[in-house]
Amino acid sequence: MSVDPKLKARLGVVLIGVALAVLPFVVGASFGNSWVRIIDFALLYIMLALGLNIVVGFAGLLDLGYIAFYAVGAYLYALLSSPHLAIAFPQVFAAAPGWPVWAVLPLGALVAGLFGVLLGAPTLKLRGDYLAIVTLGFGEIIRIFLNNLNAPANITNGPQGINNIAAAQIGGHALNRPLELFGVMVPGVHLQYYFFLALTLLVIFVCLRLQDSRLGRAWVAIREDEVAARACGINTRNVKLLAFGLGATFGGVAGGLFAGFQGFVSPESFGLLESIMVLCMVVLGGMGNIAGVILGAVLLALLPEALRWGAVPLQQTLFGKVLIDPESLRLLLFGIALVVVMRWRPAGLWPSALRKRELAAHGEAA
Amino acid sequence: MDIFIQQIINGLVLGSIYALVALGYTMVYGILGLINFAHGEVVMIGALTALTAIGLLVPSGLPGPVVVLGGLLIAIPVCMTVGFTIERIAYRPLRNAPRLAPLITAIGVSIVLQQLAMIGWGRNYHTFPPLLPAAPHQFLGAAITDLQIIIIATAAALMAALVWLVTRTRLGRAMRATAENPAVARLMGVDVDRVISFTFVLGSALAAVAGVMVAANYSIAHYAMGFMLGLKAFTAAVLGGIGNLGGAMLGGLLLGIIESLAAGYIGDLTGGFLGSHYKDVFAFFVLILVLVFRPSGLMGEKVAERA
Amino acid sequence: MTLITPSRPLSALVALSACLLAACGPKEEAAVPAATADAGEATITIRLGHVAPLTGPQAHLGKDNENGARLAIDDLNAEKILIGGKVAKFELLGEDDQADPRQGTTVAQKLADARVHAVIGHLNSGTTIPASRIYHDAGIVQVSPSATNPTYTRQGYKTAFRVFADDVQQGSVLGSFATSKLGAKKIAIIDDRTAYGQGLADEFEKAAKAAGAEVVTREYTTDKETDFAAILTKVKSTKPDLVFYGGMDTQAGPMARQLKTLGISAPMLFGDGACTVEFHKLAGEGAEGHYCSLPGVPLDQMAGGTAFRDRYKAKYNTDIQLYAPYAYDAVRVVAEAMKQVGSTETAKFLPALAALNYPGLSAQIQFDEKGDIKDGAVTLYQAKGGAWSALETMGGKPNN
Repeated sequence: MSVDPKLKARLGVVLIGVALAVLPFVVGASFGNSWVRIIDFALLYIMLALGLNIVVGFAGLLDLGYIAFYAVGAYLYALLSSPHLAIAFPQVFAAAPGWPVWAVLPLGALVAGLFGVLLGAPTLKLRGDYLAIVTLGFGEIIRIFLNNLNAPANITNGPQGINNIAAAQIGGHALNRPLELFGVMVPGVHLQYYFFLALTLLVIFVCLRLQDSRLGRAWVAIREDEVAARACGINTRNVKLLAFGLGATFGGVAGGLFAGFQGFVSPESFGLLESIMVLCMVVLGGMGNIAGVILGAVLLALLPEALRWGAVPLQQTLFGKVLIDPESLRLLLFGIALVVVMRWRPAGLWPSALRKRELAAHGEAA
Repeated sequence: MDIFIQQIINGLVLGSIYALVALGYTMVYGILGLINFAHGEVVMIGALTALTAIGLLVPSGLPGPVVVLGGLLIAIPVCMTVGFTIERIAYRPLRNAPRLAPLITAIGVSIVLQQLAMIGWGRNYHTFPPLLPAAPHQFLGAAITDLQIIIIATAAALMAALVWLVTRTRLGRAMRATAENPAVARLMGVDVDRVISFTFVLGSALAAVAGVMVAANYSIAHYAMGFMLGLKAFTAAVLGGIGNLGGAMLGGLLLGIIESLAAGYIGDLTGGFLGSHYKDVFAFFVLILVLVFRPSGLMGEKVAERA
Repeated sequence: MTLITPSRPLSALVALSACLLAACGPKEEAAVPAATADAGEATITIRLGHVAPLTGPQAHLGKDNENGARLAIDDLNAEKILIGGKVAKFELLGEDDQADPRQGTTVAQKLADARVHAVIGHLNSGTTIPASRIYHDAGIVQVSPSATNPTYTRQGYKTAFRVFADDVQQGSVLGSFATSKLGAKKIAIIDDRTAYGQGLADEFEKAAKAAGAEVVTREYTTDKETDFAAILTKVKSTKPDLVFYGGMDTQAGPMARQLKTLGISAPMLFGDGACTVEFHKLAGEGAEGHYCSLPGVPLDQMAGGTAFRDRYKAKYNTDIQLYAPYAYDAVRVVAEAMKQVGSTETAKFLPALAALNYPGLSAQIQFDEKGDIKDGAVTLYQAKGGAWSALETMGGKPNN
């Protein structure tokens, strides 16, 4: 008995779809809504990691300041959806701008994309680690400006952050409020989940299309050999700028979602460590491979939280008492995990087929 | 004018420390082409080890400077061991891996070292006992302490020694050969693995000295102190041209002076629009500007594409 | 109000009768075992969440808060207080938010899922504010022992309380102290660009300017910096007669030291963040003569204050860092409110908490309509011989 492979694939898609649809209810019922919240954040990290993957994985440009675009998206959303501007500039804004989410998110993506191009422009000539430090500097510059632009004009409210950000509204319903649907109470975190999931799927779709596009191939070409790529007629300047710009747009969208989800943004959410975290997701999962990057993002978003839950009981069963503070242990194990995975799977947990071949060839040559 | 001289002195002291740490980054980078992100943590371990040793030595009643020297002499081998171990565990197995893999292990090692330090030394800040004369001298209207003079002099002496080692000794030649081309160096009879280990050990010894200097100058040490310092030193190394010893020194001193002058004068220069909170912005801005015109840093050589 | 008053004598009555029964024990042999067994069986478990950064640069403060709260839990369990006639057994769920707003909301949701009866925390304003929305939506009382950003209690959440003067209260006291008591005319202000440091420095600047002082320069550092030579040199060039720093002891200590090295003779003034034992350790000889403020009344002047300090030291083998007494108070006020109404339900004990008048370790605790401590007294200290010695306690202005 053989099943039509097409049918099999479709069945798979349907199964995954059903699994994703019931996921928050299953997780919420068995582990509590905090895990749904963690999954929501994991979805945001998937978007971020996929965006960074365009820059690092596809185009091979090491970016250590990626979180700046997340910050730009988050602050733009915050400014347009909170009373902050109305309080700070009463003569200009009579009330909170209160734009709909469908206008704010694309705008956030656009502005973040512009920032991406802005970052890309002066760094075109730089390579490898020089690029890394400049992008790192760029990320810090954005964060420092956000942290200090409360004077002379109060644009970002400085270190105090922006509060009272309205949650995204869809069909007149704010997503942080529970919704009664067919007699079932759907909590706010679940609604956010579906919203984030839809956008994550869109991002994945865009990434898949980009990967196989002419542009995607151009990125791979400059990643492998920039000089050769130029010789083949690829406009390396434009292609690089597009990588920075497009990668940044995903960050901008994720940032907007973050602001609406949290209801509060402050500069401390956009530190260098966050950039490093997203980079770890991309590299650990498997640079350049979309499925691998998703895996990396999910793992690294969930791992510290799982350790938060599991560290104490585990020690108690193993040693009969708590030897190390669960908080220290959590980060300790995270650090060890990074080292161990890279030690045995240097191309990431789920590398792209191409990369794997290259690595094998490289190993033979050495 | 005395204020300006004071700012230059402030910058020199800060810059000397940056430069010493930057040398560790640049040596490893020069040989392996790898950012050793954990280097800042080695500095931290040096500082905390020295403090613990000093705490044990103080009751012996030895004179202050001898106690500090004793702490330093204990911190150096400890840091060397840590540096050696890091290279063996985290970097050597990855020598043929994709370029970003060792970067991730470096971050992992950095987190692990920080957490281990927190478990071992606790969360509190540790203070450096007043063992060295702290009374400032007046120099053209500016204040400078003995310790600060020692820091600048030690940093200069160590850098000179390092340059001598790299350019004049057999080992130095082996290091340069490895940096140029490991495969060819191996064919020429250089024990590449040993040279790399030695580089890490040497960089870690410098880190120990830098750690003690930081702890003595600011009188504090803390398990999280290495990260920012490492980042600044790395910036300094890139500014000067990473992989180049002279560049690391120049970059370190320059970054220290830029930060001091920016903090002191940026407010006046921009009519009060930007204040000392933008000193890092200014420092990064200078870095970007330098790299736009000299993509390999101030003293870096133009290198061929390195995948 | 109707809920509170009748139940107060009621719980007292329950306690009294239990006590009487026990006292009569030897006479009525038959009744005793039943009664004591009842008291032993009828326990009610109260789970309190506690959130503070337990990893990262502020870990020492976070652990201090948690220790303070744990001490209160131990005391309460030892006292075997009765809530609704049952012996209360308190538990603390300590969580780490790493001072990161995102993790702050994650653990807030975790505590909300765990249906804790109240939350003590968070430590930082940056995590307290986003978390307060989750606690409010889940109907959980939150008492922060240390978040000072005024916004926290001004979001209209009835569940948000704090047992600590906010930036406005403390900043205005510091401003009037600087100008009227210290006679400062030219003031240099430095802050660390955190929500806490900047918030306090801004309020101080307002108050000092209103009192007629001139702010000669405003300088900035970060909460990770150790080198302040450059900004202090700038401060020196403006010849101030007072230097105010808004930030924590970890920066204030080295800053005081470097101030001395640079030969600046003006004294420094700090808020609560630097009003610690640690400051003296970090500043060394540079500490002498500087001033700081801490909300509430000096621990030594409060009933049980010195005993608390000794017990803390005995139990954790370390000195109180900063906010432990406030964390202790935060737990105690929640327990007191529950005790008064004899219920652990938010709807019942929240009004009692809002109307509470409780002699805490740090102050007589009463809340205003926003949930802030009422008329938060602030005490000023001066560094003398390696310790902070109390100068005077100034009544906080009613804030709005």
